[in-house]
This record gives sequence, C-alpha cells and structure tokens, in this order.
Amino acid sequence: MPKNPNVKRVMVIGSGPIVIGQAAEFDYAGTQACRSLKEEGVEVILVNSNPATIMTDKTIADKVFIEPLTVSVLEQIIEQEKPDSILPTLGGQAGLNLGMELEESGFLAAHKVTLLGTTASTIRNAEGRQEFKDLMERIGEPCAASKVVETVEEGVEFTVSIGYPVVLRPAYTLGGSGGGIAHNQAQLEDILEKGLRLSRVGQVLVERCIAGWKEIEYEVMRDSAGNCITVCNMENIDPVGVHTGDSIVVAPSQTLSDKEYQMLRTSALNIINELQITGGCNVQFALHPTSFEYCVIEVNPRVSRSSALASKATGYPIAKVAAKIALGYTLDEIKNAITQKTYASFEPALDYCVVKIPRLPFDKFITAKRTLTTQMKATGEVMSICDNFEGALMKAIRSLEQHVDSLLSYDFSGLTTEELKDAMKVVDDRRIWMIAEAVRKGISHEEIHDITMIDVWFIDKIAILTEMEEALRTRELTPALLREAKRMEFPDNVIAGLTGRSESDIRKLRHENGIRAVYRMVDTCAAEFEASTPYYYSVYGGECEARVKFPHAEGALADKEAERRKKVLVLGSGPIRIGQGIEFDYCSVHATWAFSKAGYETIIINNNPETVSTDFDIADKLYFEPLTPEDVESIVDVEKPDGAVVQFGGQTAIKLTESLMKMGVPILGTKAEDVDAAEDRELFDKILEETGIPRAAGGTVYTAREAKAVANRLGYPVLVRPSYVLGGQGMQIAISDEEIEEFMAIINRIAQDHPILVDKYLQGKEIEVDAVCDGTDILIPGIMEHIERTGVHSGDSISVYPAHTIGKLVKDKIAEYTRRLAKALHVKGLINIQFIAIGEDVYVIEVNPRSSRTVPYISKVTGIPIVDLAAEVIIGRTIRELGYQPGLQPEAQYYAIKMPVFSFEKIRGAEISLGPEMKSTGECLGIAQEFHEALYKAFLGAGVSLPRHKNIIITVKDADKGEAIEIGRRFEKLGYTIYATRSTAAALNEAGVKARKVNKISQESPTVMDLILGHRIDLVIDTPTQGRDKSRDGFLIRRTAIETGVNCITSMDTARALLTSLENAGKSLTPVDVARITE
Amino acid sequence: MKAFLILEDGTVFEGTQIGARREIISEIVFNTSMAGYLEVLTDPSYAGQAVCMTYPLMGNYGICREDVESARPWPDGFIVRELSRIPGNFRCDMSLQQFLVENDVPGIAGIDTRALTKILREKGTMNGMITTREDFCLEEILRKLQAYTTGRVVERVTCREKYIVNPSLTLEENGPQSGAVRFDAELYKKGGREQKPTLIKKLNGAGLKVALLDFGAKDNIARSLAGRGCEVTVWPAFTAAEEIIASQPDGIMLSNGPGDPKECTSIIGEIKKLYDTEIPIFAICLGHQLMALATGADTYKMKYGHRGGNHPVKDLKTGRVYISSQNHGYVVDMDKLDPKVVVPAFINVNDGTNEGLAYTGKNIFTVQYHPEACPGPQDSGYLFDRFIAMMREQQCAAKMEGGVFHA
Repeated sequence: MPKNPNVKRVMVIGSGPIVIGQAAEFDYAGTQACRSLKEEGVEVILVNSNPATIMTDKTIADKVFIEPLTVSVLEQIIEQEKPDSILPTLGGQAGLNLGMELEESGFLAAHKVTLLGTTASTIRNAEGRQEFKDLMERIGEPCAASKVVETVEEGVEFTVSIGYPVVLRPAYTLGGSGGGIAHNQAQLEDILEKGLRLSRVGQVLVERCIAGWKEIEYEVMRDSAGNCITVCNMENIDPVGVHTGDSIVVAPSQTLSDKEYQMLRTSALNIINELQITGGCNVQFALHPTSFEYCVIEVNPRVSRSSALASKATGYPIAKVAAKIALGYTLDEIKNAITQKTYASFEPALDYCVVKIPRLPFDKFITAKRTLTTQMKATGEVMSICDNFEGALMKAIRSLEQHVDSLLSYDFSGLTTEELKDAMKVVDDRRIWMIAEAVRKGISHEEIHDITMIDVWFIDKIAILTEMEEALRTRELTPALLREAKRMEFPDNVIAGLTGRSESDIRKLRHENGIRAVYRMVDTCAAEFEASTPYYYSVYGGECEARVKFPHAEGALADKEAERRKKVLVLGSGPIRIGQGIEFDYCSVHATWAFSKAGYETIIINNNPETVSTDFDIADKLYFEPLTPEDVESIVDVEKPDGAVVQFGGQTAIKLTESLMKMGVPILGTKAEDVDAAEDRELFDKILEETGIPRAAGGTVYTAREAKAVANRLGYPVLVRPSYVLGGQGMQIAISDEEIEEFMAIINRIAQDHPILVDKYLQGKEIEVDAVCDGTDILIPGIMEHIERTGVHSGDSISVYPAHTIGKLVKDKIAEYTRRLAKALHVKGLINIQFIAIGEDVYVIEVNPRSSRTVPYISKVTGIPIVDLAAEVIIGRTIRELGYQPGLQPEAQYYAIKMPVFSFEKIRGAEISLGPEMKSTGECLGIAQEFHEALYKAFLGAGVSLPRHKNIIITVKDADKGEAIEIGRRFEKLGYTIYATRSTAAALNEAGVKARKVNKISQESPTVMDLILGHRIDLVIDTPTQGRDKSRDGFLIRRTAIETGVNCITSMDTARALLTSLENAGKSLTPVDVARITE
Repeated sequence: MKAFLILEDGTVFEGTQIGARREIISEIVFNTSMAGYLEVLTDPSYAGQAVCMTYPLMGNYGICREDVESARPWPDGFIVRELSRIPGNFRCDMSLQQFLVENDVPGIAGIDTRALTKILREKGTMNGMITTREDFCLEEILRKLQAYTTGRVVERVTCREKYIVNPSLTLEENGPQSGAVRFDAELYKKGGREQKPTLIKKLNGAGLKVALLDFGAKDNIARSLAGRGCEVTVWPAFTAAEEIIASQPDGIMLSNGPGDPKECTSIIGEIKKLYDTEIPIFAICLGHQLMALATGADTYKMKYGHRGGNHPVKDLKTGRVYISSQNHGYVVDMDKLDPKVVVPAFINVNDGTNEGLAYTGKNIFTVQYHPEACPGPQDSGYLFDRFIAMMREQQCAAKMEGGVFHA
C-alpha cells in the first residue's frame, strides 16, 4: 500500500522530561521518526516539554513547541496549528496517554484529526488491564491468573483453583506494604488477613506467582496489511521479578530451543494481529523454566526502551519503520537502510551476542536500598556487542563507568559461603559479582540456580570468566592464554593486575603476538547480504571489516575522496546517569553533524543504546564500544584519526583526554593542559589571580584531618567536593567537623586520583553562562540565573533566561569575567562558568571548558546553535566569519525557564532534599512573554499542577521560619489551609498567619503522616535540618509525601517561585513555536 | 585438537576439532538461523553438505531428542564459531558435542564463521575439506576439492520401504494447545514432563489419505498432515507413479530433499505422471522443483542459496508477506515459465526469486520454502490447511460426478 495522501501535517507528541523509566530512548525514537516523516514530505509539528532533546531542534521538526505536555496545551496547539493527524506512539507512556485522552474526549474527531498508527481501541485493549486479559483469554494466550478478593475464604478458594505459589498485593498501601508470596495455605491465610486489614479499601490482589520464570521479550512490527515480523527477541538474565529495565538482558535469547523460541514468536504475532497494531510493539513473556508453560506479562503498543535496545542490537530502525507504516506503507515497500538491498519485511539475523546492563543510581543515592524489584530504578543503560557472551558481558561491565572492569570489581570474598548464599537471595545491582564469588567459593551451578533462578548456562559463563581469572593468576602468561583472555574481553589492566605485570607490558606482549581488536559489522543479516552501513563492534581474532581509507595508502587502498577528508573522532558520553544526561548526546550529535558539514569524516564511539548518537546514520562510522582508554586506543590504531573532540561528551570524554594525547591523537579545540588548569586548584587560582577574578577562599585536601583544618581556617559552612566530577557527585555543605568526617569518608570510599576541594560556602544568586570562544573573540548567547540560592546544585535549580534580577553592571561583569577566563584558558570551543552574585560582587564558582547541561537549552531559547559554532571554531573558523558579533548577545523578548524534574518516587529510601549534589533526572521548559507565565508553564511541565485540595503542610528548620511566614501568608491569601508542625505553627500563628498544628510522627495520631496518607494534601514544604540522618522526622515526611504523590519542596526559593506561578495562574497560556521565535 | 577447514578457493581456516575425528570433503553452505541447530542437523536436505552456522554460539540448549526431524544427522560436517561447554535447557538429553560424536559427524569450531560466510556469499557455494592433519598438502587437497561432486543424494536419504503415519484421532493426541500448557510439579518430580505443545487447532484432514513421496522428508511434514487427521503413507522416492495412484490417495505430497533436482531424472518422469492425474498435489522444496522440471520449467543453482529462518516470501495473490524457513541451493527459473502451465504464486521479497508456483487448471500448488518450519517461523502452517481444503474440494467434485449425491 502506498503512502496515505491525506497525511500532510502530523503532530508528534514527545515523552517530556527524562525520568526513571522514560529516558533518552524516546528522543532517539522520536528523532528517527520525525526525520523519517520529513523524508516523506510530511510537515511535522512537535510538542515536547524537554529542551535537552534533539527532537526539539528546528532541523528535526517544522514547528517545535517546548510546552507542558497536558491535554489543554495540546488542544490549544491543535487548534492553532490544525494538524490532520497525530502520532502518539513515539512519546512513551506519557505520549500515548495524552493521545488517548484527546481521542476519548472526542476532541480529535471534532477537529478532524486522525490518530495515526495504532487505533484508540487497540491501545485500550493493550493497556486496559481487564480488556487485555479478556482479549488474551479469547485467543488462547495465557496471562498469569489473578483475582481481587475481599475475604480470606475467597482468596483461598481462588488460590486452590490456580495453584501455589501466589503473590498477594493489598490495594492502596504505602509502597505495597503488607504483600508477599504464599507457598501454602498457612502462609496464604496469614498474609491475606494482614493484607486485607492494611488495605484502605479492604482488597487484596491474588496472582499466580511467576517470579523466577525466564523473562523473554519480542519486538514485533506489523503493517496495515497485516504483515508481521519479529525484529528480535531478548532474554533477561535476571528472571521475572526484576523490572526488565533493571535486568541484564541478552539478545538473541540464549537458552531457548527453536521450539520455545518459535512458540513465543508465534504467540507474539498472534497477539499483535489480534490487537491490530500498526507499527511497533513489545511483548513480554514469562516462560516456565522447566516446561512449555508461559504467560504474557504485558504488551506495549508503541516504541519503548526495549525497542530502542532491539534497534541498536540488530540494526533494524524500528521507529523509522513505524513512522513509515503510520503513513500507510507496508513492510515490503520499505527498504532496509542498512543493506539497501533487502526490505523491512524480514527478520534480522544476528551473528553476535548483545548484552545490556542497566546503570543504577545507587552511587548517587547512598541511603537508598539497592534491592531490585518490579519498580524500575535504572537511569540509563549500556549495551555491548561481541561474538561471545563472556566478551559481551565484560565489555558491558566496563562501559558502565562505575569503577567496575571485571567480575572482581566488587569484593565479596569476605563473606562466608552461607552469608553469600543469603546475600544472593536479595537481588541487587551487584548480583553477578556475588555469583562470581559463589562460583569461586565452589558453590555448585545448580545451587546458585536454585537461589537466583538464573539459568545455569549464564552461571557457567560467569564460571568461565572466573576460571580465566584463576588461570591468569596462576598460570604462565603464554600468548595462547593471553589470546583467550582477550577473546573474552579481559581488559589489559585487569590482566595486568592478575598476572602481576604492568599494563604496558601486557599491551606490548599483545602487540608482539598480533593480538589486536578487529572490528565486525552489524549488518542485520549475518553477512548474507553486503551491507553499506559502517556500524562496528570489536572482537579478538578473525577478519577486520572496518573500511578504513588510509590517507597515505597507495594503490588499491588509496581513496581520492578519503584523502581529502580529514577524520575526526567524536567521543560520546556513555550511559545516562544523574549529572550526565541526554544533553551531552545532544552536543555529540550536533558536533558530529557540524564536522560532517565542514567536510570531515566523522567517527562516533559510544555504548548507550538509548541515544541518537548511536543511530547508524548519524556519523560516517559508529563504533559501539566501551569508552575506556584501551578500547579507544584499539579504534585509534585502526582508524588513525586526524583528531579527537572531547568537549562534547561530558566527563566521560574529558577523562579520555590524557590517554588520547598519549596515543598521539591531537585534541581538537581547547588543549588538555587548559582543561586541567580549570580543574587543578593551584593552576586555577593562579589564573584567577592573573585575571583579577575573585572566588571563595578554599584549599585542597586528601584526608579528613586536612579537611577539618581547612574548614576551621575558613569557618563553617564549607563546601566539600572531589575534583574532576560532573553533577557535583559527592558534593556537600558541611557545618561541623563531624560532617566533614562523614562526607570525606563517603568521597574516599572510591580511591581519589585528584585532591578534594574545601571551599568557604558563599550564599548568593547563582548565575550560569555558556559561551563559545574562538581564541580571540567570545560569544555569550545569554546569561541564566538560578532561582534557588547557592547550595543547591545548578542542575537541580530552576534556571531563568534572561537573568531577571541582576542589573546591567553585574551582567557586564559576568560577560567580562567570562571573556577573561576563556582567554586565559585558551578556550577553543565551549566553556561553561558558574558564578555567585552577592550584591554587585561577582565570584566564580567553577569553570568547565567544555559543553554543559545547559547548552541545548540556551541554544534553543536564543536560537544560537552554539555546538555547531563550537565545532566550526574548533576547525579554525572565527565567530565573526560565522556571522556573529562577539560578546554578550541581546536578550530575548521572552522568558525561558528550565525546571528540574526528579524521580524520587522510584528510589526507595532516597533523600529528596536538594543540596550541592545533583539529584534530578531530567528537565522541562516553560517559555512565554511574561515571566510568570513561563514559570507557570515550567511547573506545569514538571507535573506540578495545583490546586487540588488547597491544603498544604509547612515544616521548616528554624533558620527558615522568617521566610516561612511570608510564604504562609501568600498561600493563605490564595485560600489554602495551612498545617504546620509545632514550632512552625507557632511561628506562623504568632505572625498572624493561621496555621493548624499537627502532631509529629512520634506523637499521637493524627500525625503529619496521617495527614499526608489521607490524600488531602497538595504540597509539603519541608526544609531539612543539616545532616544525612535518615531517622529524622523530616526524612520520613518527605519520603511519605513523595511516595503518596504529594508535591514536596525543600527550598524556600522554590516555594516562593511556585507561589508566584500560582498567584498568576488561571490566565490563558500561549504556545510558542521555538523554531519560529528565534528566527 | 587443531582442525582445518580448507576451501576450494585456497582459503584455510584453523580451528578446533569437534564432533567425530574424521576427514571429510563436502559442499560448504551457511545457515543464518539463530536457534534450531538440531533441526538443521537432522534435515535430510543437508545430505552432501557441510553446514556453517552464522550464529556464533551453538549447543546452548543441548540436544532435545524429541526435536529431531529425521532419525539421524545428515550433514557431512558442522562448522561453528563456538560450542557451548554446558547446555542449559530443561529438556536437554545430551550435549551437541556428544550428539556429533555419537553420530559420527565431524566438525570444526573456533573459526571466523563470518569471514567464511562472506567468502561463500561473494564467491558462491564451494567445496571444502575439514581435516585434523596438520601436514596437509594444499595443492593436492585443492585438486581433490575441485574434482569432488556431491552425487545422487536422494537415494541416500529416502526411506527404504513405505510406511504409514497414523492420523491423530483427537486433537489432544497432538499435545496441548500452545499456550495451554500448565506446569505439572508432581509429574516433574517423577522425572516426567508435559507433552510438547501444538499449533494445530482443527482435525480438518480427518478421513483423508495422503501419499507423501519421501525425497528426504522432514518429519514435521507428515506430522503436520497426520496431526490434522490425515492418514499419511510415506513412499520411497523411487516408487512408480502407478503404484501411488493405485493406492488411491486423496492427495499427494512431494517432500523436500537434497541435491540438484535435475539429477533426479527418473523421479521427474514419475512426477509427470502424477501431474497428469486429477489428484491434488502439494510440494515443498525439492518436490516443488521436481514438479516444475516435470512440467517443462527449468531450475538453476543459486550463488549461495537461501538457508535460514528469516526470509520474507510474498503471496502474489494476496500481497501478504510471510517470514519463512528456508533451505535450498537451487531455484525455479521464473523467466522460463509457460503461463499456460504454471504461474508464480510466491516470490522472495529480498531477491525476487521464485518461492512458489500455482499450476494452471490443476489442483497443484508448490512452495520452495518450508511451511513445516522446524526450525524457523511457523507462519506458513496454513498451507497444509489449504492443501486439505483442496483435497476436500476434489473429493466433493468427484462425488458429484460419481452421482453419489443422487442416491
């Protein structure tokens, strides 16, 4: 079927801010789909509140609305832009829900807008719990049997009919408390009775327990003609019980015979056919480990995290094909972009093994429980490809950048056999390391399987790796042994550690014996057809397929075109983590495009399957590899690039600078020694002195004793932080010697290569600047001001452009300091600086001569493409040549406010109060002519939608009581009822603000907790007392609020901003086309 | 121990010896299926060939005896990147290595199977030798390789005597419906396990008699028919057409099989006689090619064939695309079809080659691919239902003519 001619203007809904469970994969899918739509001549109207995305670029869509993703905003945009169709299956669950709401209210029909791709009834059937179960029953596809019961007898009767074990889930209890697994009637009755009592509605869900079954996923495509294919299947190494987003996943499945593989494949096709899905779909199965019994766990009728993974694992561009299908094409009409020979109607054949490992945020939330459950906690993931499982696992481990490089990286050798067995019963992110230790301790594969339910095949693979560790430790390192270790992807440093030799020794031995990484192609077809897309992964042994055109080669190898084109290596930013998010992928991709436009051959190295940068057609070549010095060196040996850029890939890329220089690869842009100068305390102090720029007093230390000495010299409070980190990892404000002790211990848990900084804490307005410098001139697109005062990490602050509370004098000072610093650091490319403004004084906090989190935001709202400019500057052009006047650019006629978004409800036990260490996972934008409207949109985009019940709780530390009075008065004026704990209530009432006193948690009921759990509260304002003490009331109040879905604010500045936005709410909002406004 | 794979073009791969320790010469082909190595090994169509699996990890789930497609493995040799040390599957009876040894199949592991695949893709299928002799003389071997021909393989793989596969009288005999299996903990404790599930949903073939000509048939062809209620008589490949016709089957099934179809001259002659009857005929793979040759069409050897579980075939009548299981090195030449006799019914979406034919004015349709799957996608199982419907129609028509309805 050819393209539907009626589709001319399509509205695409994005997924909004990055939160746990909904991350960069939707930028990847959305960007690919939008490009695919534009390729077909369709006009794309994009709505997404997330400014850090590539999809919200004006080059990707025709009209770009970075607006809150709410039904009313979408309705307004539809009325204004009059799209003929809407594509809701690219924006994750958020986008899908919005599309459904628009459809169900009849709005789409009234405005003659067609829902493209999958229909509303399909979505209802797939998403509605009961509808889905009924449908599955009708076509003979099994779901885990379940029933909501209200009495113990009813529960027992049902359980007898479906068999033990069963999972019991009481309805409406906090964090699912009171539930459990029953293996027999006694347990069942016990848990049921307790659960029914705890449940607010007296109901418990009884469900067949499928924990421990194999979890298998299929990615399926279907077109409107009914043609179906499966793109790939994936097997979770962690059995059912751990969210697939938190599981280690391998593709294709490894332990299924063809019978099971095809049984589930056929089932997946049956389901997608019955649901009549047009586009992509993900089907998750639980397969009984010792029988052919299976259950359908869930179906996602849209692109998903798994579809992104499947796309990268196979080379099959699911989002692109889904977009074409939405336009009416059938699978056999869509070319396979990788082979250019075959069509989208085939199933990829892999001739390699893919391993995905989630990136979990427990290094950020040290108080949080590491337990993995059905609630996803990962912020990102890494993927690796190899021709053997051991190698793929080893590569994935070192891609994580969590100080792990082998199965020895977490040491459990101190546990006894029994302790280890107990430890393995609890699933956490270190389980494979525990299993490795269990194998070393001689626990049998079968016993490990019985505890973990992980298939013995995977356990044996871990055993093979531990045997290699032992061989390296005990046997002579012959070339054969080394070759075998490298085949399993043991990095040189690990081999060095195990053999007691130096890393350079190992490298030398490798090179002498010709043991080098070679590169294979991901071609979707296991080499059956010739592929034209250079998408590579490394293996040891065999043929190297990297098509390298040596500039100086002669004869057959010489390539005239290549001879003229210089090669640039763009280092990506690895997995998404708090502090290093999608922004750096935005920068890497834009830099790649800019270099490409300037005539360079571009090579990307990255390992994150969720990102745009690892799409096969972004760079001329893609190496899907870990970002360690050794892995990069192997690529450099083959490619011999003319230069590398490190300033776009966040700290991951910056960390590789020194190694690249040692390899003889020139660093394009700002020199490595200048990057160092910005990080090195002494060098930087010297620069500040020379340029006459003030900063807070401070010192560098290694030990707690030294830190206390510096702190006492400066006077508390002080800021403590490690150097060379991003996102303020480990940064804290200390007010006492005890806290210094505590924080230093936390920082020093990981051996520090660089000193720790202790600075006097200055309280003032925090200002941020991104700029481009060409060596002579500097271009500052704009100045951003934070709403929260210093002490809250810049990534967690509300950021306002243009800075609205500082005067011209301060702005000029900032521009001048930026110019001086950029010049002193010989910046070529991007620089990011944070300042504190106190009155008319400006101090510098830190300087990063590289791209930053705010680059996509400031580029979009000013219309100045600073990444592109930086790339041009790096290759020798000047700001003036590029058509820009140097200096601080004129301010825009509107406000653009960046609002941080958190995922606290996903991480049990995480402290939510804001501080110098970054905690937000994403951001959204509010843009409007008026400051208040922009602020309102920003809060709305972040999901803060008030009022509902007009009840708030205020409980603040003593220092904040004065400000709390003003805030309380304003809330009172808006008609809110204020509840407050004893001392806060007293302070408020004394000042004439009516506040109802509520009891503390330890006092008698009703307490502040009961109030929150009663679901009648809109907002909790709670400023924490110092210290990370979890047992305090405040911590419990904040956690309870978050887990009950109540907004919780921990900074008086944020509270004031919210008030301002509420005071101005109710006025109509005006959508702003960002693609237009900046023209 | 070391082993070598030496190709006709002089390429030598060094790897490790697996399976039986024996030297072989064979035609080297590759298969892109990611699972289903046992089904590949026991597919008689691989007789006379050594198979290289492009998926690098083999033996992961061991050998589940009940999944065999014939009594023994047929390939001359098995070429893999890595053989799993332990198998991980609840049904596993033995390891792949053990199976190869027991059945005297030699092989080689640890070679760059992707490089080998690319050579075969670019230069076409060629002969090769697997040997463990380290002191081989390349020139001598190359001479042998060039001289080697596969020869008449159908003779080797067909059954010696006819036999009957009893029809399923109830659906339950085929095993539980896929999706309806329930783990039986008691049974499992006693060492037993549930039957394999089935996709067959109807006994629509009950009462029908099918003659299956075995040119190297995979077991699932007969199972697919018998499971639907047909009584299947399996005949040796060289049975005279008269004998088959005399057995008065409701339909004739021509099976898959190995080798060059043009070598099967006598069989082609018999098939022409079957064509001339009114008996409905359904043919798969080699059977499809032989029917084409019997009716004046031509076949040719493809550069490297189709072997795998991911090939898209398009039904030209409906425009629908199905993912299919494939294993063939020869193909019917679509340019030389006489539309008065036969028209293309299916084509391969990738390369446009023929995947199925419909015979004008006859109750005959044939496909190049494998609706019986095993290994590979089960999407085309409906073709057996189509064959059954065709037999039913013919039965009806015959009854009408015979005046049965007047009684």
